Amino acid sequence: MNFTSTIKLVIKNLMARKGRSILTILGIVIGVAGVIIIIALGAGAQSLILGQVTKLGSNLLYVEAGKSSDNGPPVPGLVITSLIESDVEALHNPGQVPHAVAVNASVQGSATVTWENQSVDTSFMGTDYEYPSGVNFTMQAGQFFTQAQDQGAANVVVLGSTLSDELFSASGVNPIGQVIKVKSSVESQAGGVPLRVIGVISPRGSSFFQNQDEMLFMPLAIGSTQILGIHYLQGISIKVDSADNIAQTITDITRVLKQQHHIQNDIDVDFTVRNQADAIKILSTITNALSLFLTAMAAISLSVGGIGILNIMMVTVGERTREIGLRKAVGATNAAIRNQFLFEASLLTSLGGVIGIIIGILVSYLASLILHHLGYDWAFVVSIVSIVLAVGVSILTGIIFGLYPAFKAAKLDPIEALRYE
Amino acid sequence: MNLINVVNLKKDYASDGVITSVLHDLSFKVEPGEFVAIMGPSGSGKSTLMHILSFLDRPTDGLYQFDGRDTKDFDDNYLAKLRNERVGFVFQSFNLLPRTTVLDNVKLPLIYSQKKNHDKLAKKALDSVGLSHRLNYYTNQISGGEKQRVAIARALVCDPAVIFADEPTGNLDSKSGNTVMYILQQLNKQGRTIILVTHETDTANHAKRIIRIKDGNLISDEAVKTRTIAQTDKDLIK
Repeated sequence: MNFTSTIKLVIKNLMARKGRSILTILGIVIGVAGVIIIIALGAGAQSLILGQVTKLGSNLLYVEAGKSSDNGPPVPGLVITSLIESDVEALHNPGQVPHAVAVNASVQGSATVTWENQSVDTSFMGTDYEYPSGVNFTMQAGQFFTQAQDQGAANVVVLGSTLSDELFSASGVNPIGQVIKVKSSVESQAGGVPLRVIGVISPRGSSFFQNQDEMLFMPLAIGSTQILGIHYLQGISIKVDSADNIAQTITDITRVLKQQHHIQNDIDVDFTVRNQADAIKILSTITNALSLFLTAMAAISLSVGGIGILNIMMVTVGERTREIGLRKAVGATNAAIRNQFLFEASLLTSLGGVIGIIIGILVSYLASLILHHLGYDWAFVVSIVSIVLAVGVSILTGIIFGLYPAFKAAKLDPIEALRYE
Repeated sequence: MNLINVVNLKKDYASDGVITSVLHDLSFKVEPGEFVAIMGPSGSGKSTLMHILSFLDRPTDGLYQFDGRDTKDFDDNYLAKLRNERVGFVFQSFNLLPRTTVLDNVKLPLIYSQKKNHDKLAKKALDSVGLSHRLNYYTNQISGGEKQRVAIARALVCDPAVIFADEPTGNLDSKSGNTVMYILQQLNKQGRTIILVTHETDTANHAKRIIRIKDGNLISDEAVKTRTIAQTDKDLIK
């Protein structure tokens, strides 16, 4: 019996039992679609998270106040005042930290911003004039504050695009030159600090669940002493000239700060240097593990689909016992019978695989559209690997779960099979 | 040369350690072109004998030569090839494939053969049983007599040396049964060997020779003295 006639025969048999064939492949369809969707969503989530990290700028190091703990971040509410302005100046010294292209100190807090009768609760960042060189953004209007404005602690402010719209779009006034009042949520100054708007940043979206377009930026001295009423820093970011020099720069920073803080032993270190590349690596590991876990779940549902195939093939062999007997009586060899049922099972599963791939791609695409609509920078990624994996596994499922029924059919005694009622 | 030569054929069935002897020491020969009826009451072993002769089963002991060759040496694949090419089956309960057309049913043995032109061969076989007008009917759309004629066409399609018919008229009314016997006699007249298994004397009398079996023993083997010649509509069968 040749291959073409086997195909014709099997297709005829499957078409004769359309309803059952569709129900049989449903398990495989769901399993394969699951694998495709999960892998696509996993890849999308990964590119979203990594994209957010790189949006903050690449080759960045962060120095945080407080010693990092193995058990997690520093205790919230515990105020650590170890980082101060002179640390920033020391790090600025090219003789000490040669690969730092920008050193940028910052404080952050939440504040109420008012202009005329408009009032918005948002967060602010006190930073220095070098902030734009560390992160990727462009100005929509005006400009960022200058070195003179920074060091002179000028009462100037730069707004995120959304915040600017919230304050000024209703009145149609050009925000540049307007004076807004900024009042910290924790410190109580009467009326807040008046600051003149000198620039608006183009939209750049969310990063780590903080919408940067709603923030405002002012010179460090204004943010710390005037708004927050503090005389220490919350963090210092250092941009390194190239990724190759990150490790060297971490060593340099640690050495400089230990000198500054007069620390002899590593155990007494009161700051933490964080590396963005490490963050990316950790995030990738987490998302990969998550994808792997979810793929394993989908693979389980695929094997459940395979058991469905096994079940139906057993029923089919039982029902067609007489037919098998007849085929043997008219000259079918055991191999011909076995191949017929094996082929039937693998055709069912590969059909299920193809339908599953189509559904999987459609659903992944729909999900990416919806997520995009919700404002996430979501990429629609369907990898060839996932398709090959899904098709391979579904055909393999058909063969594995079709083997037992096929061998059972092939081994039937023709006389008993012909007598079977 | 004998087509079939059986010497001291034995068949035992073992089930749960109990051995049941179905055939004891049967010996007979069949020449090409014969029309033999194997007769006996139910349980006599006639079906078992037919299964052995038609390569669906193997004897426990004794010699079975087909075309002068000892069948003991044939492996399962060769037996399948013999069933496909050298013998044809007609069953009491037709055994046609459901949800399948008459033409496709007749083509079934060809799938497992090396032959080409399946459509042409199947149509020729259906023509010889007078069913050219039913090619594309489904098997549930035709009468019992027609079903058995489809089964005969299926048995004929690979041009076998022998046709084994196991109670071919058992499920048919007398008119349809008569047509079936007429076709078998015509095929025999054209030179084909027919081995008929039946328990009815009337049916057996259509053969040229009757082998009687009882309790697994051959009790008589003789030529039919007054043979019944089946008559049917002359234009039905060409």
